[in-house]
Parts: sequence; structure tokens; C-alpha cells
Amino acid sequence: MIDKEEIEDLTQAHEEDFILNVGPQHPSTHGVLRLKIKLQGETVTHIEPHLGYIHRSIEKMCEASSYRNFIYLTSRMDYLSAHMNNQACAMVVEKGLQLEIPKRAKVIRILMSELTRLASHQLWWACTGLDLGATTPFFVGFRDREVILDIFDETCGSRLTMDYNVPGGIMFDIHPNFQKNVHAFLKGFKKNLPEYHQLLTGNVIFQNRTKGVGYLSPEDTISFGCSGPTARGSGVSCDIRKWQPYDGYEDVQFNEVLETAGDCYARYLVRMREMEESVKIIEQLIDNIPEGDFQAKTKAVLKLPKGEFYSRVETARGELGVYLVSDGTSKPYRMKFRSPNFSNLSALREIAVGGKIGDLVANMAMLDLVIPDIDR
Amino acid sequence: MKFLIEYIGTIFKSLGSLWNGMRLTLYYFFHPKEIHTQQYPDNRDTLTLGERFRGEVVMPHDENNEHKCTGCTSCELACPNGTIKILYKNVVDETTGKKKKAIDEFVYHLGMCTFCNLCIIACPTDAIKMSHDFEHSTFDRKSLTKILNKPGSKLMKGVE
Repeated sequence: MIDKEEIEDLTQAHEEDFILNVGPQHPSTHGVLRLKIKLQGETVTHIEPHLGYIHRSIEKMCEASSYRNFIYLTSRMDYLSAHMNNQACAMVVEKGLQLEIPKRAKVIRILMSELTRLASHQLWWACTGLDLGATTPFFVGFRDREVILDIFDETCGSRLTMDYNVPGGIMFDIHPNFQKNVHAFLKGFKKNLPEYHQLLTGNVIFQNRTKGVGYLSPEDTISFGCSGPTARGSGVSCDIRKWQPYDGYEDVQFNEVLETAGDCYARYLVRMREMEESVKIIEQLIDNIPEGDFQAKTKAVLKLPKGEFYSRVETARGELGVYLVSDGTSKPYRMKFRSPNFSNLSALREIAVGGKIGDLVANMAMLDLVIPDIDR
Repeated sequence: MKFLIEYIGTIFKSLGSLWNGMRLTLYYFFHPKEIHTQQYPDNRDTLTLGERFRGEVVMPHDENNEHKCTGCTSCELACPNGTIKILYKNVVDETTGKKKKAIDEFVYHLGMCTFCNLCIIACPTDAIKMSHDFEHSTFDRKSLTKILNKPGSKLMKGVE
């Protein structure tokens, strides 16, 4: 490691500097992210992320669509936690309408978001293994994720971009087989989780590549606005489900996972333990889904009163905030999304500069970036 | 000497952890029945999809070539992308002899559809539903624009 002052000097022009472009089509960036890297030998001295390759102006498109329609757009932001994105948007509309949604809808929403979190973390684990050179984790992770996607397919109608939330509750009631299938999944996943640790966590190569690599201090975590497992790996408590419970998370018993080491391995462990917590939440709720309506009655055309509304949820990657300005018509006047990946990416320079180019892949993998969420 | 012992110890520890992972890989190699892969194009006949699966929008007709669409444009308004367009014609009602509006063509642009299901839940008469077809690829873009009501079809009696 070289110290910070030296890094500042190296960002200036230097005779032996080597500029390397990683991406936009690079497998380890998991999407169309372009990183301009300045190298000296093998040491990374400067990183500049270039965005805009998948910009679709979702915020502007939301302003052109009604309060029922804009929700489906947001599942295309962070597609791996599509349900939580939709939930945040449905919540902000419900806040504006001062609508209390039925208990049954709340519980099903939580169940679905925890299943989405599990699916997202499984995909992250699978791709992390592949990024660091292990092929089998990819297949093992996708095997368990497939079971969850089949559950989504049966209940919501689609596998990834589910569009299951509507203002006032959820789109359909759960499928009759839902509880049976979730129980079967939990049984299988609890049996398979030790396999995850057997394959990757205990591996010497994996530990050498992640332990002590990519240190992020708690102060930097806060100043960059990181959230989710990235921040919790540095010991910063920031779980929205604990700090500002929404949709009935206050009634569920679970622990906020915290690690204090701040390196890649800590971020890895946070996500692995978060999967166990998600299993815990699902187990508490799956047999206690209250009876009743799954959707509150709403008008055909929704109109929000004048004002500003904000809602926040904990997605699989961190805090998603939805800010909505209404001018009293049937369309939003302004939408703004505070996406977790954008803030997490801004910490990449702090994490990777001073390390080796080979560690960049591990650093990127442990940030768990989804590029469409950064660009929107 | 101590360094040498540590060095050799690390080698054996690494080999042990590698074997730990490879053991699982080999287990699945010799137990192919526990692998979940679906052989997709070959298993087309036995492929089962959930009943709510979103393939494409279709309009079911009964045996008298009648559908349930009144042309209220609820689906057209609910669609976020302008996928659906309803064209009208005037028809003479057989019993009263008055002129009445009815749908001429229910145009559906499959290429613009995002399969969000909002049109289906907006429909007050359940005239449209999602089919289970998912193999949409085609050589000609024009074939993605579909007219959902069959030629000569009319509104089912009793549906307002």
C-alpha cells in the first residue's frame, strides 16, 4: 500500500503512467460501466468511472406517466431487487393518498422482498465466485435462485421484473401453492447454505484475495453515503428496516448484520449472514399471513394532493429513496430516485486506489453493482 | 527451519481447502440427477408454465366468434407504453335499429409491450388475458403488430 499523499501526486501526469479502460463491455463490471484507470506498474493510482452507457431517463419518463403506470418503470432500475423498487414507489403514492394498506398485503410484500433479497444475494454470490475464478459457485448459486424465480413465476406471473405492487396493495392474491413452495425452498436452501461456505468461504485462494483488500473506513462510508452491505461491512449501522421500519418490519424479529473489518471479506460475510436473517424473517411470516383483502380500494384515476413525498426502503444493495413532487394533477411533477449503487460506486476510488489491478475485480464484485441502477 | 515448516504447512492447508471445494464439484459430477438444468428446446412438449405466466395479450373468442371487448379504452389508458390502440366503427343495433359504436380493430404492438399486466387488471369485462406463448422471435418486424379481434367478430350479448 502506498500512502494517500503519494496517490495525489500520481494523479498528475507522470511519464510512466499507463491508462487502461476497463469496460464498457467487460465481464467483471456486470454491465456497461466504463472505468478509466491510471496505473503505475500494477498499482492503481486513479480511477474514473464513466457513466451514461445505459441511460434511459427513467426519472423523466416517470413524469410523463400516471401514478399507476410509473411503478413498472422502476423495476428496470435495479432489476435484481425489482420488488423493493416497486414497493418504494407504491409506498410514496400511498403516502400521498394517505392510504392504509391491508395487513395481508403488507405481509406478502415483506415475504416477496425477502425472497427477492435472497435471490439477489445468491446471484451476487454466484457471480463473485466466477469473477474470482471459481466456476462451480456460479451453478450452485443459480440452482437455488431458480427455485425462488419459479415461486415468483407462479404468484406474480414473471420471474425478474415482477410488477407485483400496485398503489393500495398487491396485484393478485398469492397462489394457493405459494406457502407449500416457500417451505420446500427454505428446507432445500437451509441444507444448501453450508455448501456455499464449503465451496468459497473457507477456500484459501478466496480468503487471500479478499482479506485485507479494499479497506473502507467508517468515516469514508458515511461521507460517501454508502448504504447496505457495503456500509455494514465497515461497521456503520444503516439498515432502513431497523431504523425506519416500513410495511410491518417493526413486528418481525431479526438482527442487523454488522462487521467491523471494512475489507472485502467483511462485505462478503455481511451478505452471507444477511441471507440467514432473510430466511429467519420468511420463517416467521410464512405461516402467519393474515386473512383479508390484498388490496385497498382506490379510485380509477389517482390524484395526489400538492406537496412533496418521500419514502425509503432497504433494497438488496442499500437504501433506495423515492422523492416525489406533486402539483395536484394525475402525473408527478418531479421524480427523483436516490439509488444505492450510485453512492456505493463513488466509494470505489477510495477502496481500489493504492491496491493492485488484480484486486480491482474483487473490489468490484464485493460492491455488488447493478449498472442500470446507477445510470437510470 | 520454522519458516520451512510453516511454508509446507500452508501448502497442505491450501490443498485441503481446494479438495474441500472439489469434493462438492465431483459429487455433482457423479450425481447428475440432482442438477436442475432444464433442456429447454427439447422439453417443449412437457414444459409447464404457471397459470399467471405473462406471454402476450390475447382476446379469447367463443365458438360464435364473439368477444367481450366493449371498447371502453381502459386498457389503452392503463398501458404505460402505448402498446394498445382501439379503432372504432359504427354498427346498427339489430333490435333497436340505432347506430352504436363498436370496436373495429384492437391493435396490439407486441414489440412495445413490457408484459406488466396493467391492461389485464384494468379491463372491466375480462375481455383480454395473457397467453402462455413466449417464443416471440420473428424475421419481420411487421408481424409483431397484431389485431386481436378476429375478422367478423362481434360483441358478446349481455356484456356492457
